[in-house]
Amino acid sequence: MFLLKLLIRNALRHKLRTFLTVLSVAVAVLAYCLLQTVIDAWYSGVRISSSTRLITRNAGSLILPLPMSYREKIRQVDGVKNVSFGVFFGGVYIDEKNFFPNFGGEVKTFLEIYPEYVLTPEDKEEFLKDKRSAIAGQKLANQFSWKKGDKIILKGTIYPGQWEFVIKGIYKGRDRNVDETRFFFHWDYINEQLKKMQSTRADHIGFYIVEITAPELAAVVSERIDSMFKNSIAQTHTETEKAFQLGFVSMSDSIIMALSAVSYIVIMIILAVVANTINMSTRERIGEYAVFKTLGFGGLKIGGLILGESLIITTVGSMLGIVLSFPAAEAFKEKVGTTIPVFYITGNTILEGLFISVIVGLLASIIPIYRGVRTPIVEGLRRIV
Amino acid sequence: MEVTPPIVEIIDISKSYRRGSQVVPVLKNITFFIPQGEFIALMGPSGSGKTTLLNIIAGIDRPDNGTIKVAGLDITALSESELADWRAEHVGFVFQFYNLIPVLNALENVELPLLLTGLSKKQRREHCEVALRVVGLADRMDHYPGELSGGQQQRVAIARAIVTDPTIIVADEPTGDLDRKSAEEIMELLERLNLESGKTIIMVTHDPRAAKKARTIKYLDKGVLNNDVLIEAAYKECLKT
Ligand SMILES: Nc1ncnc2c1ncn2[C@@H]1O[C@H](COP(=O)(O)OP(=O)(O)O)[C@@H](O)[C@H]1O
Ligand SMILES: [Mg+2]
Repeated sequence: MFLLKLLIRNALRHKLRTFLTVLSVAVAVLAYCLLQTVIDAWYSGVRISSSTRLITRNAGSLILPLPMSYREKIRQVDGVKNVSFGVFFGGVYIDEKNFFPNFGGEVKTFLEIYPEYVLTPEDKEEFLKDKRSAIAGQKLANQFSWKKGDKIILKGTIYPGQWEFVIKGIYKGRDRNVDETRFFFHWDYINEQLKKMQSTRADHIGFYIVEITAPELAAVVSERIDSMFKNSIAQTHTETEKAFQLGFVSMSDSIIMALSAVSYIVIMIILAVVANTINMSTRERIGEYAVFKTLGFGGLKIGGLILGESLIITTVGSMLGIVLSFPAAEAFKEKVGTTIPVFYITGNTILEGLFISVIVGLLASIIPIYRGVRTPIVEGLRRIV
Repeated sequence: MEVTPPIVEIIDISKSYRRGSQVVPVLKNITFFIPQGEFIALMGPSGSGKTTLLNIIAGIDRPDNGTIKVAGLDITALSESELADWRAEHVGFVFQFYNLIPVLNALENVELPLLLTGLSKKQRREHCEVALRVVGLADRMDHYPGELSGGQQQRVAIARAIVTDPTIIVADEPTGDLDRKSAEEIMELLERLNLESGKTIIMVTHDPRAAKKARTIKYLDKGVLNNDVLIEAAYKECLKT
């Protein structure tokens, strides 16, 4: 108790200096938490992808289509439970900057394979019935204030034209890891128009989503599917949804690496700031430490005084930073809207923030402790004048 | 006749400091004994080695040569941590600049050395109150050093020095930073501690008025202890001015 009292009073001796140091720790931890959260968000697609879902795409490239006729063949493969398909539509809503992912697909099987997209039974029924209808995620709908019954026009980029959809439902994620920024519609609607206007492009889709009966079968089933189309015009490449997502993510690996590097640099900076503060305090109190030692306090106790003060500053700062990171993340989410679909601070990130504060507190006090403990009493006392 | 063995034995102490390549001798072969219950004043001009000698006796500095025995124990043979424990138990310190911890109030400052003992919080509090009463500051216990005058701070420091009931009390220029009236009060307090409680006090001072309260005066000049005749002469010289 006595020690704690002393530690706190010592820490508050230079209120402005301590306040600024605590503040910089808080800001740094805040920055760290946000950066980590961005990185987490990046990988969230991978984390939530199911291990019983495979993606079959054109072996040549992600942007090359596959014939619709493959669907029946894939359905016949041993171990396959359900097959759906999707097309990256790439439609633009009013303006390019309103980006959100929009997919066409076979919606009935799609909703079967993706139970995490939750619709009310009525909405689901209406959506399935109406070829020109679409559903949007809750977040996306909030962003543009869409509601059921609204007519939405997407300008086709890959598929030229003005395409009108009617919103028949707003889906919610089953948990908060689910991306609520997507827009789904019936590919049939587009395909029928293509048949009239650009018949060569009709009856082709982007990728198949294959639900398998057991996760262990992923490798075997992938192999079966790909070998089936080995001698076709369009060869396929099948992989787990996870691997497929990772393929996307790895495209941005260098960005992630840069973000990670920045978060470590941030840690180095607070280390320097805290070390400087502790160093200054210790230097000023070298005479006081000499008095403590004169009275018989040993090196451990002197070291404890210095380390304790350092830890108080870093933990208070980091807790402040963590608390601030929640409203900051909210604000950030508002700003970026649907660009980063899943954005929340994980328990892990919070623990890391606290862990960093302890490590920084320790490292920052090493040299001051060494100095405080090793300075001979007589020399320390001579500094008091 | 009753013979009291000396409480402090200073035997052939030498100490020098290195300044660059130069070796500056500060204490040269000093030998003397301090009997139990003594109140001794070490006098001498500035830079004569008084503080160095006192620090060595109190176990916060080490001699290059020689032996210091306190209550029969050779403290020059102790390790750093043994020495720290020994100081905590046997030495009370009074400094020129009081050296109180500014973030602790009077009571807490006095309590500081007791934290190293096995006393309970309640016992510590009782000891502190007694010590503060002895120095006449029982009514200022919750004052911080910054809220006390120099003389009052020095009295808190004296309370801190006596609260553990040490074997010896060392004081380095205890009145050096005080006005004349406060200095007198401090000296009266030390004298009373010596007379009434039989505390052995070793005090460095170059204030003749302070030295007058001591029973014995040793005169240090350029690291050498002068004999008593010279002390007498020098002392009288001092008192004239
Ligand atoms: N740590 C040190 N390093 C170098 N010289 C020192 C040191 N401590 C004391 N001295 C020198 O030793 C001499 C005696 O110092 P000191 O014992 O403080 O004298 P006094 O207390 O009598 O004024 C002085 O010349 C001082 O400069
Ligand atoms: Mg001195």
